[in-house]
Amino acid sequence: MRAFLPAYEMETPRDLAAALERLASEPGAWKPFAGGTDLMVLLEAGKLPHKKFLNIWNLADLRGIHVAVEHVTLGALTTYAEVQRHEILAREFPLLCRAAAETGSVATQNRGTLGGNIANASPAADSPPALVVYGAEIEIVSAGGTRWAPYASFHTEYKKMNLRPGELIRAIRLPRSHAGWKQYFRKVGTRRAQAISKICFAGVGRVEAGRIADVRVALGSVGPTVLHAVRAEELLRGQRLGSVDLPAAQDALSAEIVPIDDMRSTARYRRNVARNLLAEFLEVLAG
Amino acid sequence: MRERARKIRVSCVVNGTAASFEAYPMARLLDVLREELKLTGTKEGCGEGECGACSIEMDGALVNSCLVPALQAEGAKIRTIEGLAIGGSLHAVQQAFIAHGGAQCGICTPGMILAAVNLLARHPHPDDTQIREGLSGNLCRCTGYMKIFESVVAAVGKVEKRA
Amino acid sequence: MIGKSVPRKEGREKVTGRARYVDDLTFPGMLHGVTVRSPVARGRIRAIHFEGEIPWHEFTVVTAKDIPGKNCIALLIEDQPCLAAEFVNHPEEAVVLLAHQDKYLLEEARRAVRIEIEPLRGVFSIEDSLARKEIIWGQDNIFKSFYVEKGDVDGAWAEPGLVVEGTYETGAQEQLYIEPQGMIAQVSEAEGVTVWGSLQCPHYVHKALMILFGLPRERIRVVQAETGGGFGGKEEYPSMIAAHAALLARKSGRPVKIIYDRAEDMVATTKRHPSRTRHVTAVSHDGKLLAMDIDFTVDGGAYETLSPVVLSRGTIHAAGPYACPNVRIRSRAVATNVPPHGAFRGFGAPQSVFALERHLDRVAQAVGIAPDELRRRNFIREGQTLAVGQVVKEKVDMKGLLERAFELSGYHAKRKQFAAANSDSRAVIKKGIGFASFLHGAGFTGSGEEYLASEVAIEAKADGTVHILAGSTEMGQGTNTIFAQIAAEALRLDCEQIRIVQPDTAYVPNSGPTVASRTAMIVGKLVETAAAGLLQTLRDSGLLPDGYSAADFSRACREYITEHRALKSFVKYEHPRDLHWDDQKYSGDAYGAYAWAVYVAEVSVDMRTAEVRVNDFVAVQEVGKVINPVLAAGQIEGGVAQGIGFALYENVVWQEGRMVNAQMTNYVMPTSVDLPTIRVFFEEIPYGRGPAGAKGIGELPLDGTAPAIANAIAHATGVDVRQIPITAETLLEMLEAVHA
Repeated sequence: MRAFLPAYEMETPRDLAAALERLASEPGAWKPFAGGTDLMVLLEAGKLPHKKFLNIWNLADLRGIHVAVEHVTLGALTTYAEVQRHEILAREFPLLCRAAAETGSVATQNRGTLGGNIANASPAADSPPALVVYGAEIEIVSAGGTRWAPYASFHTEYKKMNLRPGELIRAIRLPRSHAGWKQYFRKVGTRRAQAISKICFAGVGRVEAGRIADVRVALGSVGPTVLHAVRAEELLRGQRLGSVDLPAAQDALSAEIVPIDDMRSTARYRRNVARNLLAEFLEVLAG
Repeated sequence: MRERARKIRVSCVVNGTAASFEAYPMARLLDVLREELKLTGTKEGCGEGECGACSIEMDGALVNSCLVPALQAEGAKIRTIEGLAIGGSLHAVQQAFIAHGGAQCGICTPGMILAAVNLLARHPHPDDTQIREGLSGNLCRCTGYMKIFESVVAAVGKVEKRA
Repeated sequence: MIGKSVPRKEGREKVTGRARYVDDLTFPGMLHGVTVRSPVARGRIRAIHFEGEIPWHEFTVVTAKDIPGKNCIALLIEDQPCLAAEFVNHPEEAVVLLAHQDKYLLEEARRAVRIEIEPLRGVFSIEDSLARKEIIWGQDNIFKSFYVEKGDVDGAWAEPGLVVEGTYETGAQEQLYIEPQGMIAQVSEAEGVTVWGSLQCPHYVHKALMILFGLPRERIRVVQAETGGGFGGKEEYPSMIAAHAALLARKSGRPVKIIYDRAEDMVATTKRHPSRTRHVTAVSHDGKLLAMDIDFTVDGGAYETLSPVVLSRGTIHAAGPYACPNVRIRSRAVATNVPPHGAFRGFGAPQSVFALERHLDRVAQAVGIAPDELRRRNFIREGQTLAVGQVVKEKVDMKGLLERAFELSGYHAKRKQFAAANSDSRAVIKKGIGFASFLHGAGFTGSGEEYLASEVAIEAKADGTVHILAGSTEMGQGTNTIFAQIAAEALRLDCEQIRIVQPDTAYVPNSGPTVASRTAMIVGKLVETAAAGLLQTLRDSGLLPDGYSAADFSRACREYITEHRALKSFVKYEHPRDLHWDDQKYSGDAYGAYAWAVYVAEVSVDMRTAEVRVNDFVAVQEVGKVINPVLAAGQIEGGVAQGIGFALYENVVWQEGRMVNAQMTNYVMPTSVDLPTIRVFFEEIPYGRGPAGAKGIGELPLDGTAPAIANAIAHATGVDVRQIPITAETLLEMLEAVHA
C-alpha cells in the first residue's frame, strides 16, 4: 500500500438525494466510489490524490437495466457481469457485451461498472468505443437537476470530461436503432484475457442493396480520449461495398488517430493495426 | 501530523458466521480478513486485481478482495477458502485439486479453488472454453493450468448442492 | 511407491488455505520493515535526509553503519553490499531500512527519506559495458569469462561447405512467483539471529547472515516457511531481505517482518540474465556440422551474485546435443548498472539454447535441407563427445525422441500443409510448426556437487514414523512428496509413514541449494541411500523379520530406540570417481547426467495484428525415471508455460536501468486462456546414479520452449526471428518487411 490509507474517508449516503447533496455541499471535495476496480488500484499505487469518497454502490436509483420501445437505459452502476447476462443487450448491443466480456476478469466484471468506467475516463477502456458507435447518451444528475449529454463528445481531453463538480452519472441510454446492422468489435491486448488494450475497434454499419448506407466507427487507445473516427466514416458512408477505396479510408483513419508510444505498445503498431482492423471491419460489412 | 479518518465498525457474515471488525473505511477487505479476522487463507499476490490470489465470494459473486474497501463489506455475505470445507469434509473441488495435482506451490490455490467453485455454480457442466474463461482472472505461475483444468473437470458432477 | 502419482504431501494444507506462508505468520510485538532505495542508477551518496512530518523518534532506522560484521551479501564473492554506503550502483539499491509497528505510517516515512546522490554516468547495455564507456565493476566490467575449445575451429573454415552467421538476443525475464518475497527476523542475546521466510536455500541465507553479523554458525538460524514459488528468484535474493529484516530486528529488539509488494519485488529483485549470442557455423554441403564458433554474453547487472555460474551453464549448453568435431565457445558475464540479475529456471541454458536452436534452423535452410534432417545428421550418440569434452556414456536416442515428438504433433504433415496454405498472400492467419532439440545437465556443474558435499539424515521414531532431514525445500515442485516416495520405496512402507522435517538450519543438514535440477537426482539419491542404510541397521539388529509389515517396522523401531536411544542414518554425497572435470580448461564431465528432449510448437500468427497464439505444444523428454507422473508432468507443463511467456509475453521495459512496467498489468504472463493444451510425454532410460534411475527435470522445459516457438513463427511467416520476447510490435514490422 503506497498511500497513507488512514487519511482516506468514505461514507455511505442513504439515498441518491443525500449523495447529490453531499457532492454539492463541498464542491470537489467528495468523489463517488462505485465498484472500486480503478480507484483501489490507484490507491494501492499511491496515485489517488483524492481523499474523500462517497460509497454509491448501494444506490438503487443508479441500478437496473430498463428496456423501453426506443431505448435501453442502463443504470450507471450496471456491472460488466450484468451487461453480459442481459438478453436484449446480447441481441441488440453485442459490441457492448463483447467489451464487457473482455474487460478484466470474472472478478473485475462483478465489480466494475459502466458509470465508473466512463468517469475514470481511460482512453484504453473497452466499452467507450461501443458506446460511441451505438450513439449512447448519458444522464447526469446533480442537486441542481438532470441533463442529458451525448456520449461521443463527453470526453474532451485526456482524463477531462463534460462533468462538473457535484454531478454524477446516473444512466446510459442506448437507442434501439441498430437492429440488422453489421457489428464488429476487436480488442487487441497484451494477451487474451485481463489485458489493457493496445487498440480497440468498434464498428457498426447498415448495408442496403450492397451499399454502406450508414456507418459508425470508434477506437480506443489511439488518442487521449475514445476516438470517433468521423473521417474514416465519411469515406465509407454511401459507398458501394465493391468499390470502397480502402487505402483512402485507411489513410483517413490513420490521419485522425493520434496514438502514442507507451509501455504497452508503439504508435506505429497502433496505427498499422488500426488500418488492418478497418479492413477487417469492411469484410464484416461485406459478409 | 497527518489526519486520520475515524475507524468504522463493519458487520457482515463470513463463512456463515456473524463477524464484526473495526477498520479504516478504505482498508482493503483482503487485509481485514487476514489481520482482523485472522483468516490468512486469502492471499496477496499483486495488490492490483490482476492475479486473483485474493479472490473471495461476496454475496455470491467472485471478487478480488484487494479491491474492496472495508466499508463496502457492511452487511455482505462473504466466503473465503476457510469456509469451503464443511466440518472436516473437503469440498469436491478441493479433493480434486489434491487428487489431480491442481496445486503446486499453493499460493494461487485458495483463489483458484474459489474461482472454480464459483464457475461450477454458474456452469455446472462447463466446456473447455468456459473453464478457461472462468479462471482467466486467476494467475498460476507453477502449473501452466493443465492440472487445474483437469481438477475442475474431475469435480464436475461431484459438487453437492449446499444451502 | 516409485512411478505412482502419490498426492502431494502438503496438499490438504494448500487446498484449505491452512499452509502458512511468511506473511501469514505474526509474532508478538512484531514491527513492519521497509527499504528505502536509490532513485538513481549510479552515484555517490552525499547525504540522507529524514524529512516530512514524521515522528522519527518512533522509528528504527538502519544504515550501513549499523552492520556489525561485513557489509555484504556473501555469495560467490562479497562484492554486493547489504546496504549502499558510499556509492550506489543500480536503481532501487537498498540504502536505508525503517521499522515501525504501523505499516501505514511506515510507508509515509519511506517516502519522507531523501537520499541525496551525486549522479555518475551509468552503463545499461551489454554493448556499452563491453565498450567500457565507464568502468563500473572490477578492472574491466567483466565478472567472469570462459573459453572452451574442442578440436580446431580455425582449421575448419578451410573445409568445403558453407558458413552461416547469426546474432541472437534474449531479454530479461521476471520470475513472477505469485507470492512476493518476504522475511521475518528475530534477534536476541539468547538465540542469536533467526529468520523465517520464503526461500529456496536456507543454507545460503545462513552463510550470508554469518558474515553480515560476524557470528558463528550456531548463532544463526534460518527456517523456511511455506514458499509460494521460487523458480530461482528465491535462490540468492532471500539472503538480502533476510539481512535487512535481521538488522532491523537487531536494532529494534523486536521481531521485524518485511514483505515486498509486487512493484518492489519486480523492480528490486533479480531477473533472468539478458543475453546476446553470436554463432558462426561451418557446415558441409550435406549438412554435417564442421565447426561452431560461439560467442555468448550475459548481462549480470551491478554485482556478481551468481553470474559466473549462469554463464557456466549457458556456455556448456551452447553447442547442444550435437556431435560437432570443432567447437569454440567464448563467453563472458558483464556488469551494467541495473539491479543484479540472478537465477531463473534454466540458468543460462534457455539463453544459449534459444540462440543455437534458432540458428540451426537457419543453417539447415542455408544448406537446403529440412531443419530436422540437419539435426538428424548431427545428433550426438553414446560414445561421442560433447563440446566441453564430455564423452556421452549414457544411452541417448535423440532421433527416437524426434520421431516420437513428430508423430505426436503431426509435424511432417503440418509442415507441408501450413506451407501450402501460407503461400496464399491473402491468408489472414498463418500457421507454423517448429521444434527444438536439446539437453539439460542435472546437478551442479563439474566439481560443483563435490564442493557442495550435500548431506541428508533420516531418523526413525519410536512410533515408526520416519523423518527425513534435508535442506532441500518444497516450493511446489514436489520435493516433499518425492522424498517421501523414495524413502517409502526403500523402506517398503507407505508414504503416510514418512515425514519431511521443515527445513530449518537448526535441525537439518546442508543438502545443498534447491536449484540446478538436482533435488530429485542428487539429494533424492542421498535420501534413498540413507533410507537403505536405516533399513540395514534395523535388519542387522535382528529386530526386523523378513517380509515385515508396517506394524513390524514400527515395533522394530521402538525396540531399537529403547536399546540404542536413537535410530538415525546419515549420508554424505560422494562424487562418482569416474567423473572428471578440469576447471582450468573448462572441460571434462560437466554433468553426471543429462535429460534429453524434443519440443514441438504449433502456432498461428494473425497477419493483421501480429498476435501469436500457440495452438498445440508437444514436449517429449527422456528423464531416467518418472518418480511421480502427476508431479513430473506438472513440472514440464509449468515450465513450458514459463517458456511461452519468455518467448511471447514477458517483456521488461527498461529506462535508465530501471524496470518501468513493474505491475502485473504491464508485465504480463500467460493466463488460462492464453495457453494451449501442453502435451507431455516421458521416456525412461534409468540413470544408474539417480534414485530409482531418475534424472533432474525442473529446468529442462525452459530450454526448448522458446526456440520451438520462434522456429514455428519463422515457418509460418518467413520472418527470421532473432530475439525474444517476440512482441507483436516487433513482429508486425518484420512481417511488413517480409511482404515488402
